[in-house]
Amino acid sequence: MSAASPLSPKELVDEYFIENRTKILEIAAFLDRLDRADVSYASRDFRMKAFNEALAALRLKGNRLDSIQMLLSDPTTTPLEALDRKSALGAFDRWQEESRS
Amino acid sequence: MKYIDHHAHMVSRTTDDYQQMSLTGCVAVTEPAFWAGWDRSRAEGFEDYFRQLTDFEPRRAAQFHIQHYTWMAMNPKEADDRVLSREVLKRIPNFLDKPTVLGIGEIGLNRVTRNEVETYTEQVELALAHKQMILIHTPHLEDKLKGTRISIEVLRSFPTLEPGRVLVDHAEEHTLEMILDQGYWAGLTLYPQTKVSAQRAADIVERFGPERICIAGACDWGPSDPIAVPRFIMEMRRRRHPEELIHRLVYENPVQFLGQSARFKIGRQLEASLAQ
Repeated sequence: MSAASPLSPKELVDEYFIENRTKILEIAAFLDRLDRADVSYASRDFRMKAFNEALAALRLKGNRLDSIQMLLSDPTTTPLEALDRKSALGAFDRWQEESRS
Repeated sequence: MKYIDHHAHMVSRTTDDYQQMSLTGCVAVTEPAFWAGWDRSRAEGFEDYFRQLTDFEPRRAAQFHIQHYTWMAMNPKEADDRVLSREVLKRIPNFLDKPTVLGIGEIGLNRVTRNEVETYTEQVELALAHKQMILIHTPHLEDKLKGTRISIEVLRSFPTLEPGRVLVDHAEEHTLEMILDQGYWAGLTLYPQTKVSAQRAADIVERFGPERICIAGACDWGPSDPIAVPRFIMEMRRRRHPEELIHRLVYENPVQFLGQSARFKIGRQLEASLAQ
């Protein structure tokens, strides 16, 4: 069974533009809010480093979503020796891994 | 449209939620054993929880004409505690003969520790020993990719395991192919923040097709939506997908997967068994 979107490109924009306009303004507002608190903070927090890389990936054509999923994921393949915390944080601290190696 | 939510933690929800689900077309839920949001101190606490899942909850659901099925497991969030896990695993076989138990689940990994992998592996063994179907939880956010890879690696180490009797849940764009390629079923869970939205779930269906994919809300004690599946139905209709495709995803596919258990009866099957 074919499951491609039945909507035309124009229909997709007609249907989804406003809600995605809202989302991009929310991201801009979040980044401005963070800058007002401390303009240099984003460069020190691994989650924001990954977030900024994800924003850059939005400029790619095609597989933006898959690229961002991989940017935010733990790429390692070995289980942790011990439980460090109960919950995930949303981004993998690649920079800590790089400084260790 | 009639639908089945294969993953709903109804013990955390109010009867109003059952009512909303029933009003929006839900005819059956399956409830995997999971974390209560806090760690239990002893195995006896799990035993009471399993009684709630197998006895009380089906009766509560029936008031709203919803069939309630369940899965037994030591959940991934508490599975790092090996002593407690061993005690809980000893108790699980006592519940596997209950009439609404479909299999072992949700088992899997949380932070992907060595202890979690050991508990998970033991539960796959338990499922095989008792010829049970399996429902697998995959970790959240940055842990999902690694956790899904290792969960599948463990499954593949059991050559007698039939992939078609396993559903790997909480799949996302970057894990779906590895699940489907191995012959497992994949679950998409609609969650406000940490899993997929109705829009992304519809995108995934458009990219990968409907084969061996089920849709669930995974409502629980946290921010979640008991009528997430009807919102997915609305999203698919918004894109003008045919009703047959939507029906397949929210009803026929779960019936096909869950119906591998002789205990899962729906619609005419249920009427026939009640008439006997």
